Amino acid sequence: MQGAVEQAQNHLNYLFFPLNSTEPVMSLDRTDVEKIAHLARLGINGQDIPEYAQTLSNIFALVEQMNEVDTHNIIPMAHPLDAVQRLREDCVTETNQRELFQSIAPKTEAGVYLVPQVIE
Amino acid sequence: MHTKSLSELSTALHNGDITSVALTQHYLDRIKQYNGELNAYITICEESALAQATDADTQFKAGTAGPLTGIPLAHKDIFCTQGVRTSCGSKMLDNFIAPYNATVVEKLNTAGMVLLGKTNMDEFAMGSSNETSFYGAVSNPWDTDRVPGGSSGGSAAAVAAQLAPIATGTDTGGSIRQPAALCNLTGLKPTYGRISRYGMIAFASSLDQAGPMARSAEDAAMLMQAMAGFDERDSTSVDHPVPDYTTDLNTPLDGLTIGLPTEYFDAGLDPAVNDTIQAAIKQYETLGATIKEISLPNTKLAVPTYYVVAPAECSTNLSRMDGVRFGHRCEDPVDLEDLYTRSRGEGFGEEVKRRIMTGTYALSAGYYDAYYLKAQQCRRLIRDDFVAAFKQVDVIMGPTSPTTAFKAGEKTDDPVAMYLADIYTISTNLAGLPGMSIPAGFVDGLPVGLQIIGNYFDEARLLNVAHRYQQVTDWHQQAPDAFAG
Repeated sequence: MQGAVEQAQNHLNYLFFPLNSTEPVMSLDRTDVEKIAHLARLGINGQDIPEYAQTLSNIFALVEQMNEVDTHNIIPMAHPLDAVQRLREDCVTETNQRELFQSIAPKTEAGVYLVPQVIE
Repeated sequence: MHTKSLSELSTALHNGDITSVALTQHYLDRIKQYNGELNAYITICEESALAQATDADTQFKAGTAGPLTGIPLAHKDIFCTQGVRTSCGSKMLDNFIAPYNATVVEKLNTAGMVLLGKTNMDEFAMGSSNETSFYGAVSNPWDTDRVPGGSSGGSAAAVAAQLAPIATGTDTGGSIRQPAALCNLTGLKPTYGRISRYGMIAFASSLDQAGPMARSAEDAAMLMQAMAGFDERDSTSVDHPVPDYTTDLNTPLDGLTIGLPTEYFDAGLDPAVNDTIQAAIKQYETLGATIKEISLPNTKLAVPTYYVVAPAECSTNLSRMDGVRFGHRCEDPVDLEDLYTRSRGEGFGEEVKRRIMTGTYALSAGYYDAYYLKAQQCRRLIRDDFVAAFKQVDVIMGPTSPTTAFKAGEKTDDPVAMYLADIYTISTNLAGLPGMSIPAGFVDGLPVGLQIIGNYFDEARLLNVAHRYQQVTDWHQQAPDAFAG
């Protein structure tokens, strides 16, 4: 039980306080890469971590060239033509195609998608 | 047969000089002969292609055929094709048989076109050399030791080697224009929202656009006509009238003002590529255009901005690949976390993982303002540069790519060097503008692409500007000798 609580707390820490510092960093280390991979639910090989740390650091060094320009008071651009979300009539337009969609699923049973047991 | 343009093929089909079945079989034979060397196609749809061709021939007899009826094409394997594997170049979707058609696929089916197969691509369209595909690298038909560009490298190689008369591609940071340049094709990335993204597997949703990859501007115009238009199934589709892209192709260029951004002729540009581009611009002057030097001062921000926006959006979009409803699932997962982590770890290749991690980091708590928000602000600065420029000029020209096709393996160890291959094409995606690449000559036997950027929804003008050049030059008619037979 104790283990489960700790695990949950660690999980929340990952979600809300993912990294030690909130200042942009140029150099990522092993711990950063492990935390990012966890946030992304991405399995990576331990021996590849130093290379990821290096290439991600290089990418962020490139990215931080953005800071050479002052963007104070510039409105962020969400859509090149400043389009807004369209609304439509609230009516049914799609038919149920569960069997078709589930025919390509890795594992199904009785019309539901199967995953490993989550709640005991 | 394979040297004919789309309009020549259309005329021949309508006149009954050839049948669609014979034409389709001819291309299928060429694919069998040459695909082993190029690896341009991932999936070949022989049976369904011949069935579609048979239907097309019935339409000619019934008099219901349109301009594209019976003409074969290839789709980049990013477009969902009902009943046909749609892999996006990834192990993750190696077993994914799309349950529906992308709007682009549906429209071209309705136009009567025949699907030869699905073309190879960088995994989830992330790459500039077509070396990140799960199905292996694609070779450039002009020199098989070199890359065809990416991410639409399979479509580019297929059309350049005449294994398809035309193909579709998608462009998030240059993925239509850069391979078009490296393979001597005419490629068009339309205005963001011009062509539906429905059923086109999303990489970076605010940047992705589909477009034609062709052997001439006239061919590209014909396909563009059938691809463009509003689609209520794509929430970012723009409801703007679709002009006739073929009527203005021949409009003279007298009075056209071409802007040359000083930033696009920087130290990173190969001098021989520069000479080729300058010669093309001289040609435009003889066609009646006026040249004006302009500045797009925030060009330097394009690559850094792109490598926040694109990975951030890709990390979000690719979260749907979780091994639950479709795609790859790992063996015997012990719990849900293990299912997600191992399925994704096994299903994605290195470059995709790198970009997911870049995006995840950029979007993680505490970093949003420093990265994504900052990038969206930089995007506006980049767009504003273009808006100001288009008050002075009609189109902007420059190189598509800083070099000709590079050797396979040359940049695979250095992602940042690979990212810089798109330095001239990325800005137009960030700004949402249409851009083209057209053949402009050769350096040491390798093609050079001239980029033409237009104002929003000015695709007809881009096609016109490209077509007039192709009336007085024959670069676009050159085909690689090794695949000519």
